[in-house]
Amino acid sequence: MGAVYTLIALGLTLIYGVLHIINFAHGASLMMALFAVYGLNQVFGLDPYLSMGIVVPGMFVFGYALQRFVIERASHERDENILLVTLGVSIVMENLALLLFHSDTRSIDTDYTLSTVTILGCVLARAKVISFLGAMVVSAFLLVLIQTTDLGRAIRAVAKEKQGARLMGINVEHVYAMSFGIGMASLGAAAAFLLPSFYVNPTVGNGFVLVAFTIVVLGGMGSFLGAWVGGLLLGVVESVGGLFLGDSLGQVGIFLIFIVVLLFRPQGLFGAKT
Amino acid sequence: MKDLRLIVVFALVVGLVPFLSHSGVVLNWLMMALFATLLSQAWNVLGGFGGQFSFGHAVFFGTGAYAQALFQMSWGLSPWLALGLAVLLSALLGAALGAVSFRYGLKGSYFALVTLAFAEVFRILALSVGFTGGGVGLMLPLSESLGNMQFSSRAGYVWLVLSWVVLALLITAFLRHSRFGAYLQAVRDNEDAARALGVNPFAVKCGATMLSAGLMGAGGAFYLQVFQYIDPNLVYGSHTSIAALVGAIVGGMGTLWGPVVGAMALELLSELTRNLFGELPGINLVIYGALLILIMVFLPRGLVGLKDRVQSKSQRARQPLGLAPRSGVDTISHPSAGDSPIAATPARGGHSDAA
Amino acid sequence: MLLELRGVSRSFGGLKAVQGLSLQVPENSLSALIGPNGAGKTTVFSLMSGFLKPDQGQVLFKGQDITGLAAHECAKLGLTRTFQIVQPFANQSVRENIAVGAHLHLKSRAQALAYASDVAEQVGLHGLLDQPAGELTVAARKRLELARGLSTRPSLLLLDEVLAGLNPQEIAEMLPVIQGIVQGGVSVLMIEHVMQAVMNLARHVWVLSQGELIFAGPTELMSTDQSVIEAYFGAAGAAKLRAAQSAGSSPRPNKGQS
Repeated sequence: MGAVYTLIALGLTLIYGVLHIINFAHGASLMMALFAVYGLNQVFGLDPYLSMGIVVPGMFVFGYALQRFVIERASHERDENILLVTLGVSIVMENLALLLFHSDTRSIDTDYTLSTVTILGCVLARAKVISFLGAMVVSAFLLVLIQTTDLGRAIRAVAKEKQGARLMGINVEHVYAMSFGIGMASLGAAAAFLLPSFYVNPTVGNGFVLVAFTIVVLGGMGSFLGAWVGGLLLGVVESVGGLFLGDSLGQVGIFLIFIVVLLFRPQGLFGAKT
Repeated sequence: MKDLRLIVVFALVVGLVPFLSHSGVVLNWLMMALFATLLSQAWNVLGGFGGQFSFGHAVFFGTGAYAQALFQMSWGLSPWLALGLAVLLSALLGAALGAVSFRYGLKGSYFALVTLAFAEVFRILALSVGFTGGGVGLMLPLSESLGNMQFSSRAGYVWLVLSWVVLALLITAFLRHSRFGAYLQAVRDNEDAARALGVNPFAVKCGATMLSAGLMGAGGAFYLQVFQYIDPNLVYGSHTSIAALVGAIVGGMGTLWGPVVGAMALELLSELTRNLFGELPGINLVIYGALLILIMVFLPRGLVGLKDRVQSKSQRARQPLGLAPRSGVDTISHPSAGDSPIAATPARGGHSDAA
Repeated sequence: MLLELRGVSRSFGGLKAVQGLSLQVPENSLSALIGPNGAGKTTVFSLMSGFLKPDQGQVLFKGQDITGLAAHECAKLGLTRTFQIVQPFANQSVRENIAVGAHLHLKSRAQALAYASDVAEQVGLHGLLDQPAGELTVAARKRLELARGLSTRPSLLLLDEVLAGLNPQEIAEMLPVIQGIVQGGVSVLMIEHVMQAVMNLARHVWVLSQGELIFAGPTELMSTDQSVIEAYFGAAGAAKLRAAQSAGSSPRPNKGQS
């Protein structure tokens, strides 16, 4: 779980670090991606891991378009507006899903849903292992992308100094949209990894939103490494918390951490003071 | 004062409706609309005038509702006394949450997130704790009488909620014409500049939170009286927080009549959709969300701002070129066109570090 | 003595922005704090007015220790600062902007608005009273910044580069306004790069370079002080100037050697 959290959080960090947007629609977008994976599985019998090939690019396009055509236009250069717009997007998405799919929880069955794997004496669900490894790989891939490619450099440039980057000929709007797109795409991957061992319903996004934000804040807004560590940490905390307090109270544990971190150490563990 | 005159007119006009129409549908709609208005007005105090966007305002609503229920049912108090106490309790909660958040310099997105988190925490706690009835909720025994704040016809509730809407309007007018209001808006528009002029941002923001929370708590208490049943998802749920803020934003943040216009427009729209599409789960919120996006893109000042735009366009047409248009008299400062961005880094009691 | 700094220091991480600064601002004065860019002048203002806490040292205002006192409390005591990058309340009118400052001593809204009108007149903004502050030109914004600070009825007004970005005519129009303020009983300490203003207005001047005070004294003596020249032109530049001076190739009024 932690690794998947990381993936989700990385996308959020990217969006925040570059665009300085807190994307409230992140949770709802994950939900949408989950439904997409689910849909592809039910309708076409497509294996979730394979459906990544469709969902990930699809989410990318969605993210790019959303940023370029909706968020950008609504912001009028005001950060507060962006907050509200992404909230609006998340509301629309969540309730549209509610409308279309009703509040039932669905999950998928694959050959490996119930199978287990024994590693180092622990019995683990195979699906969870795969999602862990897969998420780690994708996160690593993202990190590499940011550090080495031209796009990655452009993204980092814009994140640090927007006007300067613009003067250097970087198309800032495009970079923004790309970052958003990548953030969304990583959600697509996360969804594919998540669905086999989890479930989907229209409100599932909410649980993840706060977790994702907690990770990002815990790790330090804008720090990728922090998001990585934070995700893993939180996955552990949730499991342990759930063990002791029962599911819903385990969630409270996460919120409390969130509140505490925001109040006392907003730079998080690896804080980058912009 | 122009504001006061308009408020009186509003109170009279709306107050007369139950005498003019005995239609259950009309009165029911009016009651719901006034109810939504109160919520949006409450949000507007902190969000529109204070510039602090709360995404979890339901935390005060739910507390007000539960307080109203428990004071009556467990302590046997009169609902009118309970109402006062519920409002007080909500205001105190507002002071507490505000103090904690602002003491640590939370602004913008961070504040929004924290309020969201608080609402969720309360919701989960209410689900888990015994005296709130947990997931089963609380049911107020039916007993219609004035003393019990339960009325057989909607008219009674209309006047009840109307009186608080008027109170909220008066409070908002106070914000427009007082030192406290000037300080609050200064903090909203530019906190550092306000500090340099002798404004204490912490005190001002906490004060606004208390006002906002108290009004929201009243809304929660009324909800109990009208519907007689509450549970954690109903009163601490996000749809309440959303309804409050969308009403204020669509109508026009930081204005006197914005929340009224916005909430009523939303309720009209809801009624329309219900008639056209029937009871579809979530359709209301889809529309609210879509409207939020549309307003943000095309009309950030809200519906009230529309009037300004029309006014200034016609003024520009009448004036010779070179003279700048006058800003509208009825609307004041609106945060979405203001200068202060959300702090990109966690702000700790903003110190300017310019060397 | 109105404002006194004793051994004030402040660092940011490894950067020593201000080191061991001591100075005394007299009452009823118009003085200036100057220095090359990055010298730490605005930091000094922040330290004086409660926006920053000194790591070391004390700040005394009217004899009272205000070290570490919050910014709004300093304003209440009569010490008001303005900002280098002007910070108007963009959506409010000029009158409303100034009224916020006026409210420090006037509780009534009507009175504050009226007083704001008076201050605007004093500063030359009378024609723009109902304009949204966000639509003003740079020169007007600077005046607004000045007016807002003035409306708090300070004893000492800290003006941070109030002339920056103005063209010569605008500067010429502002100088008498500032003088008028001082004549009205408000002491002014200004950070300025516009030397013309400094020389014309300020009686005392402090020169800051890299966080340290390198000159304190009457304005007339400042321009020939060697450390000041070096701070602005560097050691090599200063040497060149000296060489040029003694060779007599550039006529320089001998205002005393240092």
